[in-house]
Amino acid sequence: MTLSVADLIIDIPKRSPEPLTFTMQAGQVWGVLGPNGVGKTTLLHTLAGLKMPRKGVLRLNDQDFSCVHRMSLAQQVGIMFQDHQDGFPATVMETALLGRFPHLSPWEMETEQDIKIAQHSIHRLELSSLADRSITQLSGGERQRVALASLLTQNPNIWLVDEPTNHLDLHHQVAVMSLLQEKARETKLVVMSLHDVNVAAHWCSHVILQYPDRPALVGTAESLLTLENLEPLYQQKLVRGEIEGRWVFMPSI
Amino acid sequence: MSRRYLFSPLILLLLLSVFCMVTAITQGSVQLSLGQIFDVLQGQGTSLNQILVWELRVPRILAAFATGGLLAVAGALMQILLRNPLADPYVLGISGGASVAALLAILAGVTGILLSSAAFLGAALSTILVFGLAQGNGRPSPMRLLLTGVVVASGWGAFITLMLALAPPQKIPGMLFWLMGDLSYAHSPWLAWATLLPVCLVLIPLGRSLNVLARGPLQAAALGLNVKQLERFVFVIASLLTAVAVTTAGSIGFVGLVVPHILRLILGNDQRLILPACALAGGCLVTLADTVARTVIAPEQLPVGVITALLGVPTFLFLLRRGRVA
Repeated sequence: MTLSVADLIIDIPKRSPEPLTFTMQAGQVWGVLGPNGVGKTTLLHTLAGLKMPRKGVLRLNDQDFSCVHRMSLAQQVGIMFQDHQDGFPATVMETALLGRFPHLSPWEMETEQDIKIAQHSIHRLELSSLADRSITQLSGGERQRVALASLLTQNPNIWLVDEPTNHLDLHHQVAVMSLLQEKARETKLVVMSLHDVNVAAHWCSHVILQYPDRPALVGTAESLLTLENLEPLYQQKLVRGEIEGRWVFMPSI
Repeated sequence: MSRRYLFSPLILLLLLSVFCMVTAITQGSVQLSLGQIFDVLQGQGTSLNQILVWELRVPRILAAFATGGLLAVAGALMQILLRNPLADPYVLGISGGASVAALLAILAGVTGILLSSAAFLGAALSTILVFGLAQGNGRPSPMRLLLTGVVVASGWGAFITLMLALAPPQKIPGMLFWLMGDLSYAHSPWLAWATLLPVCLVLIPLGRSLNVLARGPLQAAALGLNVKQLERFVFVIASLLTAVAVTTAGSIGFVGLVVPHILRLILGNDQRLILPACALAGGCLVTLADTVARTVIAPEQLPVGVITALLGVPTFLFLLRRGRVA
């Protein structure tokens, strides 16, 4: 399974982003890095088919996005949003069950099986004790995990995750990144936007570095995550050190 | 989410509806016993009772019930559309538009079907006005729609006050009754029923999509829903329901706001349950309110909107204080 784009210009109001070309394969973990406002979220929304690009072609397994029906796209591509817009209050369980929506026809009711899948997701994200709570009563990190539980219930082939480690404590950061890595090992494709270079360095196989003023860099994490590439990306002097055999980047203050 | 979980509250509400309607038939300026009603149903009983039941009470009660159902379902749909529990046909100015048109018709000395048509037109025009203005350039945000609705509603309110101030005194009672909702002119419940039943049937398979839409348009689109198409559909249906309700019984407030709210506090927020429950509970509320309206100071009658407000507001405040607050 592949997701590829050619000469893609994402649609950010009042900017002219550089065109992007890349091919993502199942089993890979991609990190999208860049400064605030460069279009990381817009790129993910475009890859999810939620936002039309200004120009360019998106292909899912060599099929043009515009030929794929919304519903079958949702069975294959899932996205977790950065901010969780919750119109009406609902419980954790109801929210996790949302993920089954693309898999059911209008007349079907959720079956025991669907509920089991949702329960499993809730359990996997350590939310079992909160299952019947309203999401409005949860903390930011808990809501983040509820959104991920929803995506896990949907279980698409392509996981687009906007800042998965937002609001999470260190334990849950590791737990969530392990979950995403596990999904990649199950031959899913994982694409996430990240602010933490070290998370990208440790968990991602590939990265996209989105610069505001020059063409993006696309390639393996190992080859691209260098001081020469990252300092102009963030307009910030950085230092690099080695801890337990891993490269760690810190801002130089 | 088993079928049983959906059906048991609905069966309870259905029984409650039958109870409300039977009670409503027995009550009035002339009290009827259950035995007398049973006789009438079998084609017996005095001719006075026959007329009382078949020509006066049954059509009016059916109209009251359908109006309540229409308003409650319209309110519930608008709340989903705007992702805001404050939305209802009254707040959004749709009833206001209908009122202005109806009052103009009353001032022009028009009655019957023409008055109803004017109300329908007013509701439709006001809907288009509110949603057109909120559209501006681009997608209307729910908050913008709500604010536009509130402002347009107060505009209609000013118009109504102006008309009442300038109206010849002998027309004022009729106008006031229409404004507060009045079922005494509702001779034919069939338009209301012919709208309510098919709409409820259409909404059943849409329930799960509406659940997803209630969680926000972006989330809904990500889950594979054609948001624009569904929103347009919900908008047209909600406006149609309101227009028919207003046409049948005038402008009855609070039903569209209070009934969905109370049901959500008790039953949760699954639209597959809430929408049919709204149809039944809204029907019960208006049937009971109308019964009270025509018996409390019988043979004089009160406007039914006063009763729905008097019943609805305290119930709502009570539930809001002790229920799971939205």
